[in-house]
Amino acid sequence: MTLLDVSGIHTSYGISEVLFGISIRVEDGECVGLLGRNGVGKSTTMRSINGLTPPSKGSVKWKDKEVAGKRTYDIAKSGVGFVPEDRRVFPELTVWENLDIARRSRGKANEWDEAKVYALFPELETFKDRKGGYLSGGQQQMLTIARSLMGNPDILLLDEPSEGLAPLVVDKLQEQIATLKDQGLSILLAEQNLNFVLDLSDRVYILEKGEVKFEGTPEDVRSQPELVKRYLTV
Amino acid sequence: MFNNPVLTFIQLMNGISLGMNLFIIAAGLTLILGVLRVLNFAHGAFYMMGGYICFSLVGLFAGLPGGFWLAVVGSAIALAAFAWVVETTMLRHLYDRDHLYQLLFTFALVMIISDLVRFNWGTNVLSVSLPNGFRGATDLGISFYPTYRLLLTGMGIFVAISMWYFVNKTRAGRFVRAARQDREMLESLGINVGRVYMLVFVAGSALAGLGGALAAPAVSLAPGMDAEIIVQCFIIVIIGGLGSLGGAFVGALMLGLLKSFGVMLIPNFEIVLIYLMMVIVLMFRPWGLLGKPEAK
Repeated sequence: MTLLDVSGIHTSYGISEVLFGISIRVEDGECVGLLGRNGVGKSTTMRSINGLTPPSKGSVKWKDKEVAGKRTYDIAKSGVGFVPEDRRVFPELTVWENLDIARRSRGKANEWDEAKVYALFPELETFKDRKGGYLSGGQQQMLTIARSLMGNPDILLLDEPSEGLAPLVVDKLQEQIATLKDQGLSILLAEQNLNFVLDLSDRVYILEKGEVKFEGTPEDVRSQPELVKRYLTV
Repeated sequence: MFNNPVLTFIQLMNGISLGMNLFIIAAGLTLILGVLRVLNFAHGAFYMMGGYICFSLVGLFAGLPGGFWLAVVGSAIALAAFAWVVETTMLRHLYDRDHLYQLLFTFALVMIISDLVRFNWGTNVLSVSLPNGFRGATDLGISFYPTYRLLLTGMGIFVAISMWYFVNKTRAGRFVRAARQDREMLESLGINVGRVYMLVFVAGSALAGLGGALAAPAVSLAPGMDAEIIVQCFIIVIIGGLGSLGGAFVGALMLGLLKSFGVMLIPNFEIVLIYLMMVIVLMFRPWGLLGKPEAK
């Protein structure tokens, strides 16, 4: 079943248009990678999906319902979890408070709670009374993901989770995201770290200048070095 | 004068009681400023409305047991309702605009309210009599002190503790703090931040109404009373740190004490003193006593 079906969206910030008819879809349980250099529209695609920057044209179907133009909090409540770039933990709230405000039961079997979140990210339990602003980058990234999980989403929009993290932390994060995927969570993953995306994703899209230039499997990308050279290397 | 302990004590109590009344008003202002990032020029006018509405309600409820207290609660509710109308019909459309629009809007509110008050209650000085049971003075050991002013002090402390508890210990308070830090992120977690803003504006304005109603028996009601209070509240909020409730508490106490002892020590310079205090605080801590330096 197609969970998320984005078709032909155009999105602009004020007068500068960033997306020129992007179409992507995510099937239930799939991890889909969004690849592309800085500024090609990966974050804007995510912000268009969750309503922070609504598209001016095109449609965003979430579980067969049109959500383009809906309020961000309504989209979030219907199961779209957003883990933004630069993490954006609430710096003045403790780890526990960060988790608590995101808590939302959506009547699913086996819902997330603190205990389960701590089991996936043990470090967060150690620092649960520490303010978000005093965590390391890796811990903040874990907290942002954990925070979204507390809302029991059906999909996670993960924007550049590995950005600025040490290689060892990135490896650990990759395992944790893989665990989430194995549990059946659908994921849309925007990344510049090629191996990170290719290892995790079932399918990938490559974006350039606000358009989809390539759609295929991670194997396709690996077997076509010219793709990487053309669209991804700086 | 400090060699007269009784006089010193009374001035100390006056300062605290004034400070606590100012805190109730400034707390609402700093809450709105911290969460909505709107500097509400009309907050003083809301305070004035609270006082006048209390005056009318005291008349309306005369004869009822506890009529004054009903009037105080009624004033706070009236201001909450007024703020709700202002927020839902007008203010909410200005959050994404430049700060200038919000300043102009709240300044317009000041003018409108000021004329409404003149129109409805006239320009004569009005006064509200002290409620039953709080007319006399209480023996504090060192001296007698007006019971009503003790009550004002108690109310300020009660509001301070309640607000501290609400903001820091309840889930709704966590939403308020999160909205202050990152509106978009909170929205992305499924929280209707627009509603949080509306409730904060309503609650902050209700505090202005409560402060005005409680002050009504202790001050005289006259058009223009809002200007003095808003300037003092701005100073409190600046000294304490924009958006900081603890800062507003400390700032209000400092201002209250400075005013009461200033009148006694150098009466001619009393008005200058509070500005002087603000300048000194800003020289050493531009972000206020309990505020935080702007990031970056």
